[in-house]
Amino acid sequence: MSTTIEPTTAPHGPGHGADPDAPKLYALLAGFGTADDLVVATRRAAAAGYTLMDTHTPYPVGDTADALGYPKSEMGAVMFIGGLTGACSGFLMQYWNNAYGYSLNIGGRPYLSWLSFIPITFEMMVLTAGLSGLFGLMALCGLPRLNHPLFNSANFDRATRDRFFLSVEAADPKFDLEATRAFLTTLNPLTVEEVME
Amino acid sequence: MHPLVQNKHDLVSVGDAIGNVVLDGKHPRGWWIGFLAGFAMLQVLAISVAWLFYMGVGIWGINVPTAWGFAIINFVWWIGIGHAGTLISAILLLLHQKWRTSINRFSEAMTIFAVMCAGVFPLIHMGRPWFFYWLYPFPNIAGMYPQFRSPLTWDVFAVTTYFTISLVFWYIGLIPDLAALRDQARNKWQRIGYGLLSLGWRGSAIHWRRYEKVYLLLGGLSTPLVLSVHTVVSFDFAVSIVPLWHATIFPPFFVAGAIYSGFAMVVALAIPIRHWYKLEDLFTDHHMDIMAKVMLATGFLVTYGYFSEIWMAWYGHSLYEWGTTIERVFGPYGWSYWALIFFNCAFPLVALWSRKVRRSEFWLEMVCISVLIGMWFERYVIVITLTRDQVPTEMRELLPKKQGGGGGHSIMENAP
Repeated sequence: MSTTIEPTTAPHGPGHGADPDAPKLYALLAGFGTADDLVVATRRAAAAGYTLMDTHTPYPVGDTADALGYPKSEMGAVMFIGGLTGACSGFLMQYWNNAYGYSLNIGGRPYLSWLSFIPITFEMMVLTAGLSGLFGLMALCGLPRLNHPLFNSANFDRATRDRFFLSVEAADPKFDLEATRAFLTTLNPLTVEEVME
Repeated sequence: MHPLVQNKHDLVSVGDAIGNVVLDGKHPRGWWIGFLAGFAMLQVLAISVAWLFYMGVGIWGINVPTAWGFAIINFVWWIGIGHAGTLISAILLLLHQKWRTSINRFSEAMTIFAVMCAGVFPLIHMGRPWFFYWLYPFPNIAGMYPQFRSPLTWDVFAVTTYFTISLVFWYIGLIPDLAALRDQARNKWQRIGYGLLSLGWRGSAIHWRRYEKVYLLLGGLSTPLVLSVHTVVSFDFAVSIVPLWHATIFPPFFVAGAIYSGFAMVVALAIPIRHWYKLEDLFTDHHMDIMAKVMLATGFLVTYGYFSEIWMAWYGHSLYEWGTTIERVFGPYGWSYWALIFFNCAFPLVALWSRKVRRSEFWLEMVCISVLIGMWFERYVIVITLTRDQVPTEMRELLPKKQGGGGGHSIMENAP
């Protein structure tokens, strides 16, 4: 599909379509001045039938994630399973070691003196839940990824500063360069640009 | 409602005010004063530690029953200070206290350094710190294993977890900030460095959604964690049967003291930073006011703890509890008890009622330093209780080192 697109800002100039190594269009990127504008624009783009979209904002704008139809975060389940694993293995480690691996008779207390095992069980739960949070976040978000096509955009460094971006990927079934660009322009963006892969 | 940011600021000017401090790399005079003072004291530490490793831990004057001495005083002091960072980032997050955003990041950084300082003391107290991994359960044929019913082993897990989770919490919170620094970088090296650290963060909506969830859950986990860590630290004392240590008030009393000293450390660091880096618009007088009020509240909790210790010793009619109390207040180390009362209660809890003090850089700094000294003395007072054990041969003055003689006073003479 991308061969039918003639990017206006292609690095190698016009006529590159025949070159298989030439950069392909990744997305159209519209920049907005406020979070409110972005939320309105995202809702309208979603209503118009675009699906492969994302927003990029300096701080979390929850309404855009809702408008994009992203599900509730799965991180709760990830951290719960991680924490449960840590708690169980922490408890079993103490019990197994005290009862079988290296039996210690301390003041005649039973080997399964579970009350004394609670602090370490708790600490192991917090440790594994927190680490699964960090690594789960990185895995699900596909981070670290230092070479994302959006970084080719000249304006994108303002996404961490004061600009609110909506990107519509070229792979979207409804994507058509001219039509999509015209549609995005109706949303009152400050900029609309083509981002190459 | 007080504004959280003073004067006219928007997204760009706030980002610049903070980002420029890091990116310009220009240090005001105050930074150099602080750095050189800290560096000089670091040399004192290096020399002391070298001497300690050469001579052995006996130079602290430790002996049974005072087996830990200065090491545990400093350990508890530092770990308590660290708790304020977690408190500010986690508990205030759950309570939706928006003013925390001015201070949470550097409080968390303060926490990480405080926990590292805390960790130094148990390590050098081992005498042979290169065997530190013996503290952890791992398969070995040395015939030694951690004793999981001991608070000291709980401590190992609590502090390790606390350090790791503080680091994770701080780093996850920092990822979007690092991305902002990457995008404002002045040169190639900053761009590469911050680019690597920010993991290619691009503010995507789904990333933000996951990020916020993780951050909230980490806040929810860190809140019981911070309480558990200092509870476990207090168990190091409370699980023993030493008079005045074996008390159920120890966990909440320790946690309140940790918050008290930790807030004091955060404010003591925030005031020079805001002054020298000209961040008064972001860390406003109103912030100082709120933090001072938290200190006032926790200061009263701590003072209640001191009262309760004496009350329970008297009301409990225990010869040993009351005798140790008299010894603590009027004995050879009585001066340290009164130093504790002055630095922790008398001066701060009177001064902090004044709005002028709470909003004055100089006076609030003085109050914070006083609290930090006072909280150190609190742990000193607790630990030197051991110098008066119940057998006359165990009665001696140990801290600072004073061999021989000792023990003219007897706990029995002073007991009612």
